[in-house]
Amino acid sequence: MKRFIVLSLCFFIYFMFATPPFTYAMHIMEGFLPVKWAVFWWLVFLPFFILGVRSLLRITKEKPELKLLIALAGAFSFVLSALKIPSVTGSSSHPTGVGLGALLFGPMTMTVMGSVVLLFQALLLAHGGLTTLGANAVSMAVVGPMAAYGVYRFGIRITANKRLVVFAAAALSNLATYVVTSFQLALAFPDATGGIIASFFKFAGIFAVTQIPLAITEGLLTVVVWNFLSTYSRDELEQLRSMKGV
Amino acid sequence: MKRNGSLLLLAFIIAAAPLFVIRDSEFAGADGKAEEAVQTIAPQYKPWVQAIFEPPGGEVETLLFSVQAAIGAGIIGYIIGVYKGRSSRRDEVK
Repeated sequence: MKRFIVLSLCFFIYFMFATPPFTYAMHIMEGFLPVKWAVFWWLVFLPFFILGVRSLLRITKEKPELKLLIALAGAFSFVLSALKIPSVTGSSSHPTGVGLGALLFGPMTMTVMGSVVLLFQALLLAHGGLTTLGANAVSMAVVGPMAAYGVYRFGIRITANKRLVVFAAAALSNLATYVVTSFQLALAFPDATGGIIASFFKFAGIFAVTQIPLAITEGLLTVVVWNFLSTYSRDELEQLRSMKGV
Repeated sequence: MKRNGSLLLLAFIIAAAPLFVIRDSEFAGADGKAEEAVQTIAPQYKPWVQAIFEPPGGEVETLLFSVQAAIGAGIIGYIIGVYKGRSSRRDEVK
């Protein structure tokens, strides 16, 4: 009980400080990708989205009792992407929260969740946009979860410290998202002299330093929820393990 | 489980530290800076669409962001509560 009070107090303080009224945050803004690139990334994104819906339907059909856990993974991404956290560069950005779901259900399921979060932010918050949704979804909802899943799979083979693996997976998935965003911007806006590479480092430079402390924060928060799950919902985790190829 | 408190504390410190270390900044979003970078690399580029709906002013935007966080946090709290209740009930049976 005492632990619970301390925990809620920490959360309270955390949320008090973590949601100051900053204007923009991450993602490519509406209209900031030329038409051909906007279309291109939409086309890249759609097959993944369809696979995501299929994987989601499969899980809910085979194991309806896992719906609650899916909702938890979605909600986690919802909360984390609303938290714009100040960083050492004097600007702020937000975590993505897609890592947790990817570790639990595989990378595809989170494609759907991440897209929903992006749609919400594009429509209501003018954060990201509809034309750039394809590109933003590829970075946050496709590559992010895949990076998390890949790091996790690889990590559990080389170390028994599962928390460390979860932390690394979530943190690196966050970084991967922003590397992809920089790459997308660099492709669309190559530097006049240095070309795509120079442009990439320019954009990556903006995001990278801001993003590193946030990636660490994301990793820590993911481990917190992971700890809860591995204490209280062992059944679900067992069931997930028994499902192959999710 | 025991470690959660210290993990949260650490996350809090990482998030709060820049506020004390960096004084003269408004912590604007990094994508705003990316916009500026686009303008320097390609000055002739004009965004070809505007957002359909833009929150009128910072207050409304803050409200919407808080709503987003609140919805998510509510769901997480509920689900963890369900799981916790279930596992403590099972402990009683045993």
